[in-house]
Amino acid sequence: MTDIPAWKDGDTDASFTDRTIPARAGAGLKPSHVDRILQDDYRIGFLEVHAENYMGDGGAPHRALTAIRQNFPLSVHGVGLSIGSEKGLDDEHITRLKRVVDRYEPGLVSEHLAWSTHDLSYYNDLLPVPYDRKTLDRVCSHIDRVQEALGRKILLENPSTYVQFEQSSMSETEFISEIARRTGCGLLLDINNVFVSATNQKYRPLTYLSEFPLEKVEEIHLAGHATDIDDEGDALLIDAHDRPVDDEVWKLYDIVIGQMGPVPTLVEWDNDVPEWPILRREAMRADEILERRAANYLLGSRHAAAG
Amino acid sequence: MSKKTLIGASAVAGAVAMALSGATLVASTTGASAKEKCYGVSLAGKNDCAAGPGTTCAGTSTVDYQGNAWTLVENGTCTTMELPGGRVGSLEPLDRDLPA
Amino acid sequence: MPRPDSNSEAAKTVRTVTLGRFSDALLDPEQPTPAGIVGPDGKKADKRFDVYRNNVTVSLVGALAEIYPAVHRLVGDDFFRAMARTYVRSEQPKSPLLFRYGDDFADFLEGFEPAKKLVYLPDVARLERAWLDAFHAADAPPLDPAALAAIAPDELAEQRFKAHPATRVVCSRFAAVSIFSANRSGADLSGIDPAIAEDGLVTRRDFDVEVRTLPEGAAAFLQALVDGNTLGEAAEAAVAVAQKFDLAAAIGAMLEAGAFTAIATKD
Repeated sequence: MTDIPAWKDGDTDASFTDRTIPARAGAGLKPSHVDRILQDDYRIGFLEVHAENYMGDGGAPHRALTAIRQNFPLSVHGVGLSIGSEKGLDDEHITRLKRVVDRYEPGLVSEHLAWSTHDLSYYNDLLPVPYDRKTLDRVCSHIDRVQEALGRKILLENPSTYVQFEQSSMSETEFISEIARRTGCGLLLDINNVFVSATNQKYRPLTYLSEFPLEKVEEIHLAGHATDIDDEGDALLIDAHDRPVDDEVWKLYDIVIGQMGPVPTLVEWDNDVPEWPILRREAMRADEILERRAANYLLGSRHAAAG
Repeated sequence: MSKKTLIGASAVAGAVAMALSGATLVASTTGASAKEKCYGVSLAGKNDCAAGPGTTCAGTSTVDYQGNAWTLVENGTCTTMELPGGRVGSLEPLDRDLPA
Repeated sequence: MPRPDSNSEAAKTVRTVTLGRFSDALLDPEQPTPAGIVGPDGKKADKRFDVYRNNVTVSLVGALAEIYPAVHRLVGDDFFRAMARTYVRSEQPKSPLLFRYGDDFADFLEGFEPAKKLVYLPDVARLERAWLDAFHAADAPPLDPAALAAIAPDELAEQRFKAHPATRVVCSRFAAVSIFSANRSGADLSGIDPAIAEDGLVTRRDFDVEVRTLPEGAAAFLQALVDGNTLGEAAEAAVAVAQKFDLAAAIGAMLEAGAFTAIATKD
């Protein structure tokens, strides 16, 4: 018989833990890890799921996520809203996202500065937008709508990019800063994306970070990337999430945490997913940096570590 | 309003009674052997936010498979099935069936 | 991060790329990289644009391979990927829920010339689609046999049932259920004669999807019930297609499988 009753709109689950995401390391939740995570003596700080994978009506995915949510804070990370879309947002999809958010009471909700749907075709990739006025206005109005529908602030993630649009009139950091200023959204700083984009677009990651509105960052992402080359043989990094976090990215992370103090930090691993202990090792490495920096962080606790 | 039926109400009632004697049994045994909870069911067709394999593969190929490329099906498990006439399980010979 | 061109007075015309133009080129490798899509310092970006092309095609092919694992194994990886790519180029997902992708993959397989001789392949795909739809269907407790026992015997034939959200009936002129089941469990296919017709019932009592082979006539019986007909009418529909139809066995299977959730209340 069923472990959980069918969920209905408006239900709240009293068995859930506190929703607050601690300024610790979290991991992207993979179904194959759920049992290990629940049994592990190492208590991961939080877990993050891709919202779309929990937009089915019922069944095993919801059972697993309910068990996780009873034990851990959760972050919901959307990948299908297509906020950069030229043809408007899909109301039905916003409603689906709202259902996931209402049901699982996540501490954080985030989406991407990207598009993935055009003329009803969903491309299953986070595609780049031009950084111009027209796009800025559109993205801002889309974020306003999402925040209004969800009744809460969302975080917007900086993209990893492989190309530029000739029509761009702003830098990415200017574009993102302006979005955050106008919509009041928070930011999700993906440091691997910074490194990937900086390498691909030939600028210094630290320059980018110095221009990024760190005071609005409420979550950090870390992940591994693959290496390729472009037409001229220059390095072209691919945001593959298929291996450990690169040492250069760890260095940048250390600097950012030194600057900002501890922030909830997610390690993502989506392709060639390893056994849980390998992903846990990455999370523990982030935890070490967070703890060390928390101790040195003279200005105290903007994001107090739990416990 | 009921249609004229070939199967009488009593036949249906008899069949239900017979089924219930068996079903009750099944229901009680499945209830007894409560399986250990396992959450590790993989998600088929899952969304994620990672990029694919770079610049080297299928997305850029303009050559859609032609000619005997389709005989690659021999790597599939379907070839282990044998039909009377020997045709259905295996795709051989293929070449002549391909669109030009 | 440098500001693109903002203070350079090199008054060259800026080429504007719409997202529509971008998406057209994504799935058609014959098209050039959209003019205005560039690398750093305005250099050409063909391989860079190809990253997106790959992401789209490879991830969608990968999604189909996950949704249709038995079809994948039946034809082998190389064949499947080439076949799936042909499908991806003509049919993109209509929903951002990737697990819904490939609704009509079975129909595509019917018409896919190089796979024509694998006559059972489309029905195996239909079963796999039904399996995944059942996997994600809403939770509902199955019909308690006691509810049926509580009904006066002479009223049983008039009862209608509410189908469980997961329930799917798949009829095949081939041994699609045996091929599907053997493939999913990693069993040997050599004993299977694909030419024997089989009907399958897909259900989910709690969280595990179950697929079973139905006896003769039971598919017509269950489909009639799913469509809202009475028990008596469904029994007749079954007898009409299968003289040897065993009503008691079919009712037993439907209860055991949890194909229905409740006796429908009268309007």
